[in-house]
Amino acid sequence: MAYVLRINGVDHRLDIDGDTPVLWALRDNLGLMGTKYGCGISACGACTVLADDAAVRSCGVSVEEAEGLDIITIEGLAEVGMGDMSDAWVEEDVPQCGYCQSGQIMAAAALLSENKKPTDAEIDAAMTNICRCGTYSRIRKAIHRVVEER
Amino acid sequence: MNGPVVRNVSRRRFLQVGAGAAGGLVLGFHLPGGLDAWGNRVGADGRLNGYVMIEPDGTITISLTHAEMGQGVHTALPMILAEELEADWSTIRVLLAPAAKEGAVVSAASGTGGSRTIRSQYGVVSKAGAIARDMLRQAAANRWNVPLEDCIARNGAIVAGDRTASYGDLSLGASMLPAPATAAIKTKAEWRLLGKPTKRLDARDKSTGQARFGVDVVLEDMLVGTIQQCPQWGGKLKTVDAAPALTVKGVEHVVTTDAAVMVLGSGYWPASKGLAALTPEWDSSSAKAEDSNVVANGLAKALRGKTAKIVDQGNIAQASKFVSKSITTTYEVPYLHQATMEPMNATAWVRDAKIDVWAPVQSAGRERLRIAQEFGVAEDDVTVHVTFLGGGFGRRSSMDFIRPAIIASQEARRPVKMLWSREEDMSHGLMRPIAKGRFAAGLNVPGMPVTWDATLAVPSISKQQAPHRVTGQVDPVSVYGADNLPYAIPHQRLRYAMPDFGAPLGFWRSVPHSYTAFFVESFLDEIAQESGTDPFVLRERLLVGQGRELALLAKLKQASDWAAKPEKGRFRGMAFHECFGSLIGQVVELSMQEDDDIRLERITAVIDCGMAINPLTIQAQIEGGIIYGLTAAMYGRIDVADGAAVQKNFDTYEMVRMGQVPPVDVHILEGGPIGGIGEPGVPPIAPALTNALFAATGTRYRKLPLMDAGLSLAGRHSD
Ligand code: FES
Ligand code: FES
Repeated sequence: MAYVLRINGVDHRLDIDGDTPVLWALRDNLGLMGTKYGCGISACGACTVLADDAAVRSCGVSVEEAEGLDIITIEGLAEVGMGDMSDAWVEEDVPQCGYCQSGQIMAAAALLSENKKPTDAEIDAAMTNICRCGTYSRIRKAIHRVVEER
Repeated sequence: MNGPVVRNVSRRRFLQVGAGAAGGLVLGFHLPGGLDAWGNRVGADGRLNGYVMIEPDGTITISLTHAEMGQGVHTALPMILAEELEADWSTIRVLLAPAAKEGAVVSAASGTGGSRTIRSQYGVVSKAGAIARDMLRQAAANRWNVPLEDCIARNGAIVAGDRTASYGDLSLGASMLPAPATAAIKTKAEWRLLGKPTKRLDARDKSTGQARFGVDVVLEDMLVGTIQQCPQWGGKLKTVDAAPALTVKGVEHVVTTDAAVMVLGSGYWPASKGLAALTPEWDSSSAKAEDSNVVANGLAKALRGKTAKIVDQGNIAQASKFVSKSITTTYEVPYLHQATMEPMNATAWVRDAKIDVWAPVQSAGRERLRIAQEFGVAEDDVTVHVTFLGGGFGRRSSMDFIRPAIIASQEARRPVKMLWSREEDMSHGLMRPIAKGRFAAGLNVPGMPVTWDATLAVPSISKQQAPHRVTGQVDPVSVYGADNLPYAIPHQRLRYAMPDFGAPLGFWRSVPHSYTAFFVESFLDEIAQESGTDPFVLRERLLVGQGRELALLAKLKQASDWAAKPEKGRFRGMAFHECFGSLIGQVVELSMQEDDDIRLERITAVIDCGMAINPLTIQAQIEGGIIYGLTAAMYGRIDVADGAAVQKNFDTYEMVRMGQVPPVDVHILEGGPIGGIGEPGVPPIAPALTNALFAATGTRYRKLPLMDAGLSLAGRHSD
C-alpha cells in the first residue's frame, strides 16, 4: 500500500509498510538525514519533528498514522519562518557533538510556536530531550535569545 | 633541531583531497601520533598527514584527521593555524575526511582520545601556520622588490608601506617558493585569536541538520542492515532460519557470522523488522560474564586476596604506632555504558580487494591497520573515511562496530550501512569497569593523615585490549588518579587486585579517574570531617608549597563563596583532582527537597588546563563533563544477568535532563603546560556531590549510583 506524507510542504507518495515509523521514512525513503535516531522508543527526542506545529517523536509515529499531518523537519524549518532558531543556536555556540540538536531545535520550535514567552519551568517541561554532551544551559540561553529577538 | 617538518607540496597531485586548489599554496606536515599518510606516500621525507591550502580565492582550508566528537578540536586546531598565519578567521574552512576519487587516498592519522589532541598537535600546526605566513611575506617581498622585513602579515593580507596584497592573490607566488625550515612562532603576549572565546566552525551545520554523521552516510546502491549478536558476551550463533526475514518487504539478505545475525534491506525499518522476525538459537556455553551478584562478592573477595603493590612510600607499619585515630572505609562503583547519542554504526564497501569504510571513529589510523590485518588486504587498499561522531566518550576507539559492516558488504557485494539498534548498542558495549576501593588512614593528633593505605579491585581494560600494558598483575591504567596523589602524606601504600569477571571493558570518559577521584576525594572529606577540619583547609595543608594546586583551590574557594555561609537549607561539598595534564576543582551547592530529591543550586568549577586555546570550548567541555559525571553518579548502572547486560535503552538507563541542571560556573586558570579539557570535567563531580550530600544529610554515600539509595534529582523550576 502507498501512503502520502506531507513533509516540509510537499506531498510524498511512499510505497512502504504502513507501520514504518516516520523517522525511517524521512531518513531512508526521503533522504532527509537531519532527523536522528537515538532510541526508537520515544525516550530521547533525537527524532523530534513538528506535526501540525506540535513536537512529535517521529520514531513513535507510523506513516499510516501520519497521513494528513503537516510535518516539518529541521530541513524545512527556515522555510516556515523559524530559521531564527538555528541562528540562535549558532550565536550561543550550543552544539557539541551535535547529534541531538535537530531534535532539540524542533522541540524548542514547537514550544515557542505555542508559547511566545515561556518561563523556565515551561521550558523544562517541554525540553525533555536527552543531550549526552550536556549542552542544556546553552540550549536554554538560545531559547531565551529567540524569545527576545522575535 | 628545527622541530617538525613542513613541506611545500603545492605541485603534488594529491589534491583530489577536496578543493580544486589550482595554483594555490599547499603545505603538508606530519602530525605526531599518526600512522599514515594520505595521498602519495612521501617516502623518505616524512609521512604527511595534515595539510593547509591557501587558494587564489582566499579560502584557507586545513585538512584534519582528528575525530570531532563534540570536543571542539575542529575549531581549536584551525585557531592555532590562523593565529600564526595571521589569517582572517572568516576565511578558514575545515576539511574532515578526504573523498577518494580513485586509488588509495588514505584518510585519518592519529587517534583521538585521552584529551590529548591539542596537547600533541600545537607545535606542528603553529609551525605550519608560521611557515605559510613567511612564504606569503616572501612572495610579496619578491613581487614588490622590498626587503622581507618590510612585509607584514595582518588579517589575511601582506602589507608593506602603502601596498597591500591578499593571501589569495599571493598564494600562487608563494607556492613556487621553498618552505623555510623554521619560522618565528608568536609568544603568548602576541596572540590575537588564541585565548579568545571563539565560536565553533561546525555550529551552523550542526544547527541546521546538515552535519553528516556515520548514520547519515548514503552510497549509491547501498543496503542498510542491522545486527543482533549473541546477547551473552562471548556466546555463539548456533543456527537461524533466515526464511521469516526474507518474507519482509524490503529485506534482501540475511548474513550470519559465528556470533551474530544481520539482516540487510532497503532501509533500517525493513531490516529491523526482518531481524525481529528471526528466532536465532544461541550457544552461550562459551559466554563468560559473571552476573552482578557474583561480581559484588568477587570484588569484595579480591580486596581481601592477593594484591600487587603499586605505591609503597615511607613505612606504614611503623608510622601506625604513632597515629591517634584510624579510619577505614570502602567505596564502590558499577559498570557503565558510554551511551553515545549516535548508536554504533559503520558503512563498508568491499570491492576488488579494496575496503572502504565510512564511520564515526576516534582512531581511524589504528582501525585502518586492524582492518588490513584482519581481512588480509594491503594497508594501502583500506580507506577509512571519518564522519562526524555523535559522541565518542571512549566507545569509538574500537573496531567491533566496523567489522560487521565489512562482512556484510563482502557477502552482499554491495555497500552496506550497518546500524545497531540502541538495544544492540547497549547490550554490546565496552563498559567502564566496576571498581571497589578500601581506604585506611591514620591521623596524628592535629588530625592530619600521616598514613594512607589504599587497595583497589578493578578488572583490567588493558588485559582485554592491550595485554602488553599489563606486567605481572599490574595494570597501571586501572589506578591512575590513585597512584600519584598530589597530597603530601608521608606514609602511603597503594595495592591493586585484578579480578576478571568476563564482561567486555573499554574506555569511558576519563577512564579510571571516574572512580579514583570519587574514592580519594570522598575519603579526604571523611578525614576532614573526622578531624574537624574544613575540607579546603585540609587540602591546603597537604599541598603546602605546590603553587599551582594552591592557586586553584584559592580560586575555587573564592568563586564558590565558600567562606560565606550558604543560604539557609543549602549545603556544599568540594573535590579536587588532577588528570590528563590538567587540575580541576569543583564545588556543588544543593538543598534537599521532600522524598530525598536533591535540588542542585549551583556548581562551580575551576580548571587549570595550562594554556586556554578557546575558553568557550573549555567551558562547554567542563560543563558537559560535569553533566556526564552527574548522570553516572545519580543514575548510571549496568547490571549483568544471565551473562548479558540488563539495561538496554534510555528507559532503564536514565539521563540527567535539562530541568535538573543548575547554573555551572566555569573558571579557567593557566598555570602550566597545555592540558586536556575533554575528560577532566567528569571525575570531581561525584565526590563533590556526595560530600555536599553528607553536609546536608549526615549520611555518607559510598556507593554509586545514588538512585540505589533512593535519591533523585529534582526539577529546578516550578511555576
Ligand atoms: S529516537 Fe525517537 S525518541 Fe529517541
Ligand atoms: S550535542 Fe551531543 S548529544 Fe547533544
